[in-house]
Amino acid sequence: MLLEKVRILGNTAIYLLRDLGGMGVYLLHILGGCGKRPFRFRETLRQTSFIGFGSLFVICCTALTTGMVLGLQGYYSLHKFGAEGMLGSAVALSLILELGPVLTALMVTGRAGSSMCAELGIMRNTEQIDALECMAVDPFRYLISPKFIATLISVPLLTAIFDVVGIFGGYLAGVVLMGVDPGSYVEGMRNSVTNHDVNLGIIKSFVFAVLVVWICTGRGYFVQQIRGAGFGAESVSRMTTQAVVLSSISVLVFDYLLTAVLL
Amino acid sequence: MNEALIEFNDVVKIFPKKDGGEQRVLDRVNFAIPEGKTTVIAGRSGQGKSVTLKLILGLMRADGGQVVVGGENVAALGKQGLNAMRTRFGVLFQGSALFDSLTVYENVALPLRERTGKKEDEIRAIVEATLAELELSGHESKFPAQLSGGMRRRVGLARALQLNPEILLFDEPTTGLDPVMTQEIYQLFARTQAKSGFTSIIVSHDIPRVFSLADQIIVLDRGVMDVFPSTEAIQRSEKAHIQEFVSTTMGALYQSWLVE
Repeated sequence: MLLEKVRILGNTAIYLLRDLGGMGVYLLHILGGCGKRPFRFRETLRQTSFIGFGSLFVICCTALTTGMVLGLQGYYSLHKFGAEGMLGSAVALSLILELGPVLTALMVTGRAGSSMCAELGIMRNTEQIDALECMAVDPFRYLISPKFIATLISVPLLTAIFDVVGIFGGYLAGVVLMGVDPGSYVEGMRNSVTNHDVNLGIIKSFVFAVLVVWICTGRGYFVQQIRGAGFGAESVSRMTTQAVVLSSISVLVFDYLLTAVLL
Repeated sequence: MNEALIEFNDVVKIFPKKDGGEQRVLDRVNFAIPEGKTTVIAGRSGQGKSVTLKLILGLMRADGGQVVVGGENVAALGKQGLNAMRTRFGVLFQGSALFDSLTVYENVALPLRERTGKKEDEIRAIVEATLAELELSGHESKFPAQLSGGMRRRVGLARALQLNPEILLFDEPTTGLDPVMTQEIYQLFARTQAKSGFTSIIVSHDIPRVFSLADQIIVLDRGVMDVFPSTEAIQRSEKAHIQEFVSTTMGALYQSWLVE
């Protein structure tokens, strides 16, 4: 009985290590695919449009509401201490350091990451990826690297847009609705936000972009090798769910780690 | 006897089972595919027929023994070597494996665009000629989802032929097709083979029809392969599992076809 439990535990540990190692090699293949010729410029543009431009509406909506909530919450908290003048600073720092990169990555995971995972999973199940390999076409260069580069371009830009729209949302709630002085909102923000804060936000958005595209495409690419994935359409749906959950958790864990190391 | 183009030497392929055990799909399998001939691999579902094709293409690694293509051990080839080997093959997959987001023209042009330095004008001329030969003219701008099963197979065949392969692999080329379409696909295959003279391997359940094309037949059963030079040799076999395979899998249709 005990031996059986040890065996299951050992098997699981070996499987997880193999999966992690496989994902590491997979990331190296993606990076290798990015440098191979001919470069798929048009496909990269198409993916950038899908991931970046396609996510613009949902990012703006999320940013505006998040900024407005921050503005209201911040106003009520700061009002108790007579420190409404710090509202711009509180809203901007919260957005630039944490909420902008994290919420953008989560939104891109939900909208584009799930789609990338399902697309690659279906291509794997219908032997389209095998067909590419049989034609001696590198599937990393042809399929995955354009998605990788497009995500790396899109996520930091979307994060920047999220920050700007969020700060505007905070201005609407704090200044227009609650009557905070507009000069103190802008000046407070200008005095407290440093280049280091902006850089940290940018670094986070790049790291999150890598995590999202790596995990989401990886789960689709390896759909037939992942334990418990099942078969056919069911395997694709399960892996898509797993990809979204796994990359969302990874974003949150790495957010903490990066904050702890870089702040 | 033609020289062997592909050889399996004591090849073993094992898959893990859910209960922690293992299933030997191929158990020390030996056979040779002669150049310029048609070999049919037959067997029940789940016996490793498609696995055999994937081992030949280097899409899977054998757990023992050697798969040799053109004198080279597939397992010893690096990425470049594998790519060079794969350009010798054309593959028609079970479900055609056409790219859903590309049109018929783009699907057929893909190997030429990716693997040759040809200009778009040249590519267009080659693709249009192939499509005309396979009676697909006028369907260039359609997507795979807009095609019938038979048309998808023909587009798959057109794509497989683009790089003038030496060896064509057909994985269940007529599964899911009606008898008329099945006949049409085999006629098309016979025509193309007569014209190009390629080596071909057909994995199929459609035993009576596909046997008429075969120069050599391999029966795969419970991990073991038996090689027969003709359909008559299968019938003459005294091995119990081959007789069982003939009577159960091939059935009355096969018997009547042999009588004919």
